[in-house]
Amino acid sequence: MRLDPRLSQIMAKTVLWTFTGFTLFILIFIIVNISVKGLPQITPTFLFDLPHDMGRAGGIFSTIAATAYITLLAILLASPLGVGTAIYLTEYTREGWGTRLIRFGSECLAGVPSIILGLFGFVLFVMKLGFGWSVLSGGLTLAIMILPIIIRTSEEAIKAVPREYRQVCYSLGLSQWQAITRVVLPSALPGITTGIMLSVGRSLGETAVLLFTAGASLRTPVSVFDSGRTMAVHFYILAREGLSMPNAYGTAAILMVSILAINLVAYTLMQRLIKRYS
Amino acid sequence: MEYLSGTGRLKTRCVQAWGLHPRLMVFLPVLALLCGLVMLPAAGCGREASQQPPLCVAGSTSVQPFAEKLAEVYMHHFPHLRIDVQGGGSSAGIYATRQGAADLGASSRELVAAEKDLVEIPIAWDGIAVIVHAANPLTNLSLDDLRAIFAGKITDWRQLGQRPHAIHLITREEGSGTRNAFEELVMGKVEITPAALVQDSNGSVREIVANDPNALGYISVGLVDRRVKALSIDGVSPTREHLRQHSYKLVRRFLLVSRLPPRGPVKEFVDFVLSAKGQSLLEQEGLVGIAE
Amino acid sequence: MSREKFVERVLFLLALSSLSSLLLITVFIFLEGMPLIIETGLGNFLASSHWAPTKGHFGILAMIISSVLVTLGAMVLGVPLGLACALVLAEFSPPRLKMVLKPTLELLAGIPSVVYGFLGVLWLVPLIRDYLGGPGLSLLAAALILGIMILPTVISISIDALDAVPGPYRDGSIALGATQWQTVRRVVLPAASSGIITAVILAMGRAIGETMAVIMVAGNALKIPTSILDPVRTLTSNIALELGYASGRHREALFATGIVLFVIIMLLNLAATLLTRRK
Repeated sequence: MRLDPRLSQIMAKTVLWTFTGFTLFILIFIIVNISVKGLPQITPTFLFDLPHDMGRAGGIFSTIAATAYITLLAILLASPLGVGTAIYLTEYTREGWGTRLIRFGSECLAGVPSIILGLFGFVLFVMKLGFGWSVLSGGLTLAIMILPIIIRTSEEAIKAVPREYRQVCYSLGLSQWQAITRVVLPSALPGITTGIMLSVGRSLGETAVLLFTAGASLRTPVSVFDSGRTMAVHFYILAREGLSMPNAYGTAAILMVSILAINLVAYTLMQRLIKRYS
Repeated sequence: MEYLSGTGRLKTRCVQAWGLHPRLMVFLPVLALLCGLVMLPAAGCGREASQQPPLCVAGSTSVQPFAEKLAEVYMHHFPHLRIDVQGGGSSAGIYATRQGAADLGASSRELVAAEKDLVEIPIAWDGIAVIVHAANPLTNLSLDDLRAIFAGKITDWRQLGQRPHAIHLITREEGSGTRNAFEELVMGKVEITPAALVQDSNGSVREIVANDPNALGYISVGLVDRRVKALSIDGVSPTREHLRQHSYKLVRRFLLVSRLPPRGPVKEFVDFVLSAKGQSLLEQEGLVGIAE
Repeated sequence: MSREKFVERVLFLLALSSLSSLLLITVFIFLEGMPLIIETGLGNFLASSHWAPTKGHFGILAMIISSVLVTLGAMVLGVPLGLACALVLAEFSPPRLKMVLKPTLELLAGIPSVVYGFLGVLWLVPLIRDYLGGPGLSLLAAALILGIMILPTVISISIDALDAVPGPYRDGSIALGATQWQTVRRVVLPAASSGIITAVILAMGRAIGETMAVIMVAGNALKIPTSILDPVRTLTSNIALELGYASGRHREALFATGIVLFVIIMLLNLAATLLTRRK
């Protein structure tokens, strides 16, 4: 027996919209739940005081510092590598097995679960190279984690720069590298920035990697060889050990709001870029 | 000059869009890389010549909260010394100490034969409390029953004379000092049932027990709070007196471990821990001091 | 000219960074874990469910089964939900609404996994404990949380696949008198199928590799589960739970667990890559 096409259309649409609504509900639930309980916790003292009593009291300043430090290090290490890879892939090679291999490598790297990265960082940086649980070990491992993100977005951004830009440069007698540095890269910069912002967002939320590479010391890290507890790790420990629910919510709220804001800005930047070049 | 204006426009557009000279764009990543490289040799576990290196204490998550507290107070009194307290676990702490990655290892289990070459410094006694939900009417458990529960032979509260319901058993992960001590003190040769939930810290065991009326787990006595109830074992409650007299059976030592006999700042910190002040701090936190 | 050559060389080296990182990771995980697998025997390691590493028993069967079950459970929830969202966004919603909905749904990807785990413990676990029984921390809880966590992967890759289906396909179908749903079901979905399968495979990789949220809600018991309300331990949570305390053989065993996980993930990645290549 066949269903009336119009009836099945209505049924299908209802089901699809219900599912979408449900997904949206989950999202809104998460955001509202964390914001309502967390945002009131965020006061200047919470942001700028050092944690006391294992985070039961005091603020979270040292974890903010550690997060910034580790993320910055990861970005500094990964962006030249990522952007360089993207330039090489788009400007210097023709599509072939070489580019395919490099792309496959970066895609696989993107798929490596963070716990594996954590294991790797732990054995190589923490143990074998003797960096200990430190900002450096954490930053290096994080850099590997975000490398694929930067490569992919930079490649897209560079590809989006119209061919004519380069041709104009060549006709002016500029070399290829000059064309890239003076025209292509600056035009692709918004896209590259998007990739970097997405990487920052990803780094902020990462826990598994950092728990095993950066350690969980609550002291504010000064040198790159100091251990540091990032906000995500701090939140994990607070929540899991039941140390302080208000502080856990506060940390989660800061974390979530900053990640969402970064992602949103990156998204709008990307949309604007797409609009400009299409 | 017509053909030139093309790039000119392009260039101005970039500059307008970002307020930066295009050449700067290229230098930024390079500069970034350089900064990264320069930072690398700047310090070694913070071992700059100009400043006191921080003291690394790594190990047992059971000892960690107490070590954190000690470090916090110590640094307050002697701001010249910085102390890093890491979790990671007893074995990892001992390993790190042997490797020189940590100055002091914190262990909540006794050293095994292969580790006996390290210097062990007992700092406190800690009881292992068997905990249930605050609303659970049970107050006492025999050691044999406790063993039978964790062996998976007793699985229902009914078998203990309670309202029938499955016992939600929680244990610590393999390798944990607390689990190790629990196995030695309670289980003997019997293995803990694989059906038990496994959590990786005292705090998370406590969280689950505090929220589940049918749960039963074990944690460090110092971390028992109002939301959970510590059971008496064979009629002896885990009070400080009973721990001190060792009439409460589930007692283990907390150790600090170092590769060489401590000296310099390490010794200063160890001395502080063993001093009346350090020991009273530990007592405040629910442990039983070891030094007379 | 030599400068140009130099630049090209340097860029080539940079381009090798991701590949060499991948290689380094593989080498180190295998170096640390292989000795134990060889000693225990791959068969024993994979087919025994007796895990007591400090007593010399290294069997991860229970964790493999749990990982697979949790992942399948996540797919059951995540794929229909995600696909529905993708279809609504790509086919049924007015463009203006899509402009708002798409970035909103992408926000899901930004929420850290610990937050998912935290809310799972706070809301989902008590619900399961009170209404369905068991300790709450369970296979079901892990599957539900993971199902939500894979949504962004499913949605964004499926949307790309659906958007890539040429417009004239739809116009043709509509012109023949088909309803929009018939068009989607008979024309658009089949045309986008390889992309959607890629989305599912990548989501599977994401689910099987997720650690922090699972460790918080799965209960981590070592038994092979007999019900969806049983607590389970996945490969990932096994590593994360015990790494801190492990030394010697025990640590090797955790790296060996990592090898198994790594191989599974790489096979999934390979499948996804081959699938997109064919197109």
